[in-house]
Amino acid sequence: MEEIRLIEVKEEILADNDAAARRTREKLKRDKTFLLNLMSSPGAGKTSLITQAIKELRNEFRIGVIEADIESMVDSRKVASLGIRAVQIKTGGFCHVDASMVQKGLDALECATLDLVILENVGNLVCPAEFDTGAIRNAMILSVPEGDDKPLKYPLMFSVCHLVVVNKIDFLEVSDFDRKAFGDRVLSLNSGVKMLDVSCKTGEGIPAWANWLRQEIRQFTAG
Amino acid sequence: MHELQVTQLMLNVVLEHARKHEVHKILAVHLEIGKLKDFDQDWIQQYFDYLSKGTPAEGAKLKIEWIPVILQCAGCSHSFEVDIKRLAEIHCPECAGTECSMISGRDYRVKQIEVV
Repeated sequence: MEEIRLIEVKEEILADNDAAARRTREKLKRDKTFLLNLMSSPGAGKTSLITQAIKELRNEFRIGVIEADIESMVDSRKVASLGIRAVQIKTGGFCHVDASMVQKGLDALECATLDLVILENVGNLVCPAEFDTGAIRNAMILSVPEGDDKPLKYPLMFSVCHLVVVNKIDFLEVSDFDRKAFGDRVLSLNSGVKMLDVSCKTGEGIPAWANWLRQEIRQFTAG
Repeated sequence: MHELQVTQLMLNVVLEHARKHEVHKILAVHLEIGKLKDFDQDWIQQYFDYLSKGTPAEGAKLKIEWIPVILQCAGCSHSFEVDIKRLAEIHCPECAGTECSMISGRDYRVKQIEVV
């Protein structure tokens, strides 16, 4: 009878994806292209926030967008109608994008000729948080109607973000969303995070959103 | 849905190590998974059974060691474990600070394999 043996493995399950993400970041650094990974639930306002960023920054930076919607081409058409370079990566029903899919999107955009690429990740608060996309910064949008308890339900997502944008703040008055409790919950998981309040509808906070991007891009390309 | 891809990646790691050690049969896979991961053992076992058919890992049992969620206080640098069901009440046991960063709980690792 053969003897049972234990073999030490000690290997990260996502090691291949992490390595691909590192290669993407190194290439972005060489090309001086800033990649933002934007995540949220469906309907929180990813496309609207991207559209606002394009309007604010298009005269300063060469911008491209990678859309990672599961099925439709709706979002990429919306962005392309602004005259911005956009590619759609089909995730084939996957609930997230991984680093190799994003690299294909960057190649299709010829990203070396761009200063800023925004990746619109698939709309959900679970799966996209699991996979390093190779982005320089991760941002997520939480819209007021979703509720202030979301950091308690999706702590992983809130723990991987550099920026949390609270969108639809024009709803604050008619909702029981507790903005302070929400902020405290985010900071208890991720003290280094930056938070911005915006309304894509009224335009409130949009200059601050554009400014955050502007500073991040400048810091990245200078460094 | 990401569970299927994660399980495939885990199986790839397992099979590569089995190949390196010229193993013909894997009995069990020991995993270290952070408690913050949305990882359901029964589902992953089913995916694993499906994906591992016809490989040396067919029939192997997944054994999970859950890694606690550890936060570090931004104020005093003290590290402490938190219960993910009680995230609404986080404060540092040393200084009562409420701003923290996460130092473990997101783990996804193959620790060892049991083989014959």
